[in-house]
Amino acid sequence: MESTDGNDAKSGQRLKSAAALKSFMLKSSTESKLNLYDHLSRVLMKVMDEHPDNAVDVIEDVSREVKRGLFEDKQSTLRDLPQTTATELLAEQQRLLFSRPEEADQEEELMDTPLPNVSEVAFYLEQAGVGLGREEMQRVFLALKQLVESQGLLRCRLWGKILGTESSYIVAEAEYREGEEEEENTEDAAEDEERDVEKEMNPLPQSAYRPPPTVPKEALGTGANKFAFYVCKEPGLPWVKLPSVSPAQISGARQIRKFFTGTLDTPIVSYPPFPGNEANYLRAQIARISAGTQVSPQGFYQAGEEEGDEEDEAPRDSFEVNPDFEGIPVAEMAESLSTWVHHVQHILQQGRCTWVNLAVKPGDDSNEEGEGEEKEEEPDEPEPEVGPPLLTPLSQDAEMLNIPPWTSKMSSVLTSQHALAVLRSNLWPGAYSYASGKKFENIYVGWGLKYSGEGFSQAVPPLPQKEYPSGPEITEALDPSVEEEQVLKEALEEQQAAQEEKEDTDDPEEEDDD
Amino acid sequence: MDSNSLFYSLELVAGSGNTLNVEQRTALQTSLVILKKNYKFHRVLFWGKILGLKEDYFIAQGRGEDEMKDKKTLYSFNCMDWMLLAPATDSVIEEVSKTAKGRFVGDPSYVYEHVEIHRPGGRDDAIQEEEVVTKVNEESRLAVTVHRIDEEASVVPRGAYLKSPHGLVQINRSFGGLSHSEAGKLDNFLHFTKAKNLKKKSILEMGDLNPAIDFLDVLSDDIPKGSWSLQLECASRVLVLRSLLWPGLTFFHLPTTPQHGHIYIGDGRKNLDLPFML
Repeated sequence: MESTDGNDAKSGQRLKSAAALKSFMLKSSTESKLNLYDHLSRVLMKVMDEHPDNAVDVIEDVSREVKRGLFEDKQSTLRDLPQTTATELLAEQQRLLFSRPEEADQEEELMDTPLPNVSEVAFYLEQAGVGLGREEMQRVFLALKQLVESQGLLRCRLWGKILGTESSYIVAEAEYREGEEEEENTEDAAEDEERDVEKEMNPLPQSAYRPPPTVPKEALGTGANKFAFYVCKEPGLPWVKLPSVSPAQISGARQIRKFFTGTLDTPIVSYPPFPGNEANYLRAQIARISAGTQVSPQGFYQAGEEEGDEEDEAPRDSFEVNPDFEGIPVAEMAESLSTWVHHVQHILQQGRCTWVNLAVKPGDDSNEEGEGEEKEEEPDEPEPEVGPPLLTPLSQDAEMLNIPPWTSKMSSVLTSQHALAVLRSNLWPGAYSYASGKKFENIYVGWGLKYSGEGFSQAVPPLPQKEYPSGPEITEALDPSVEEEQVLKEALEEQQAAQEEKEDTDDPEEEDDD
Repeated sequence: MDSNSLFYSLELVAGSGNTLNVEQRTALQTSLVILKKNYKFHRVLFWGKILGLKEDYFIAQGRGEDEMKDKKTLYSFNCMDWMLLAPATDSVIEEVSKTAKGRFVGDPSYVYEHVEIHRPGGRDDAIQEEEVVTKVNEESRLAVTVHRIDEEASVVPRGAYLKSPHGLVQINRSFGGLSHSEAGKLDNFLHFTKAKNLKKKSILEMGDLNPAIDFLDVLSDDIPKGSWSLQLECASRVLVLRSLLWPGLTFFHLPTTPQHGHIYIGDGRKNLDLPFML
């Protein structure tokens, strides 16, 4: 009994010290309001739940996790507003590309569509190593379809993509609808009226300077303005029509070298000053690229049948699809450049495709100069500029800057029976053409700049003009000094005296001795 | 770009206009794997394509332990047979920049010549003219061009590479990609070459930087400003950076994913007219 009493006493003591320890552990900390007892029980429960490997090594981390888990975040009552990102906005807009109009009749689909077979073109372009990626091309073609439907165009094709610093342009080439007129005529008329009114009120002195006459724009549907171009930034966004191009803009574009920014109304700051903003510069570059790099297999197009007299020097600008074209074998097309021809007119130095004689003075001017003036004073007529006629083969393209203008190859060497002939322009990097049998296509994807060799040197401003031609009457001379004047005076006196003597000797009078 | 991701990343850079056709892509997939085994690279990248007048060069690059220093470049004409390019030393770089002008011809044995006439001894009558002819072949021009493009125009997003305390540069396996807002800023993209501008930063700026991640130069410090064009492509899902100084270099990154890479497809000429064009 004593042992049990002893045991009881010992266990009683142990129980007491255990209770004391427990109460110590239950004392909440002054800093964190937690107590050790609860914490240890939570840690052990966590270990029981999770059974971590090497529990003894990670026990400190577990303890820290438990403490951290108790910390309650003071939730703010504000919630994040879901912001629509640019991606989501664009996705909404591009969703419209995929909607089919409900009124599409079955019959319409069987007729000729204004668009070429889009998937085929994308496939061939990929074989040639060019293109925007399969999905992007598909989006672009759907956007083209949208353009055709909204504008009611007869024929439309993807011309290419021009990269810009902030955003890029996707360009579509379309034929003009009949009966379209220029929209800018009204603006010019308003300016003329203003000038007339000013002249009546304040007759200012007229300067004799006449600026060189501006070369007139080509009419819509001819020459550099043969096609209308539409651009958009991303497929799905609205298409904008580019204004038609004027020869001054083409010559301006030839002299400057600028990147495109991606917004059509950016001003072009350059020297010589470019007449227009980025939309005009874009249109001018598109015209130059088309004139230089749009090619087709020889024989695909033939000259239009309705020709005037053959004595006319005006270059022919019409061509039609040749129904008898049978396709040239691909190997031949890849080897020789004479199997390809240009089918867009070359742009002359003047900036137009057909030359205009500016030296012919209108009737008013010659009357003002007076009726007495004869016509011999007219300057010699400038020689007409002639470019290579339409449908010239590429083998006649001039070599510029020591590089051949075109590089041609087959798209695949391993399966050459089904390969394409691919043509790459070295003058306009980014212009590609492919041909396979009767199918061909041109595309341009690039920055819109011509290869300029080693360096581009900007045009230097002209020397400042001399105000007056210098001659002896207006050059300043030094005033004569006193000695010189005296010498001159004596000389004059001697001369006078000599003259008087002479007169005296003429008269039959006394001779004076001098 | 990494050869493992070749089959989808080519679509993402195709916005610049040039892609590879299916035949070339499949050939690359096979040959790059063989290349990796033969040369014992850790990673093989398809670096890009340099367009020549007659032939195009396909360039691949293998990376070893240190991503920045262990690099080997190889070239090929048909994506199957690869030839190693000698690394570009300073003297070769100098020779090439003096001599080689114009487009690449496409023949690695083509020799560019440059004749300089030295006239020692002032303008006396007895001038001894020495003609110094520097000759460089196209293969070294290729090596130098690849080296210069890597130095001046290779881009990585911030956080994609880590520098260990030993100086080893390695891929960061826990790179989760830049967020949409971060990806819109040019500050978050770094040049992947030895840093030149780090010491010029003020101490305040350096306080925010993490030395393991920010050991490279930032793109927005490039002169001239505006020589990089940042755009969203492919229905605004992919961020594309294009270099205006080396036209043809395209870098892509999908925000919030670790996918990124760059490729150069162009004619291998630096655009020195850039200040006129901006």
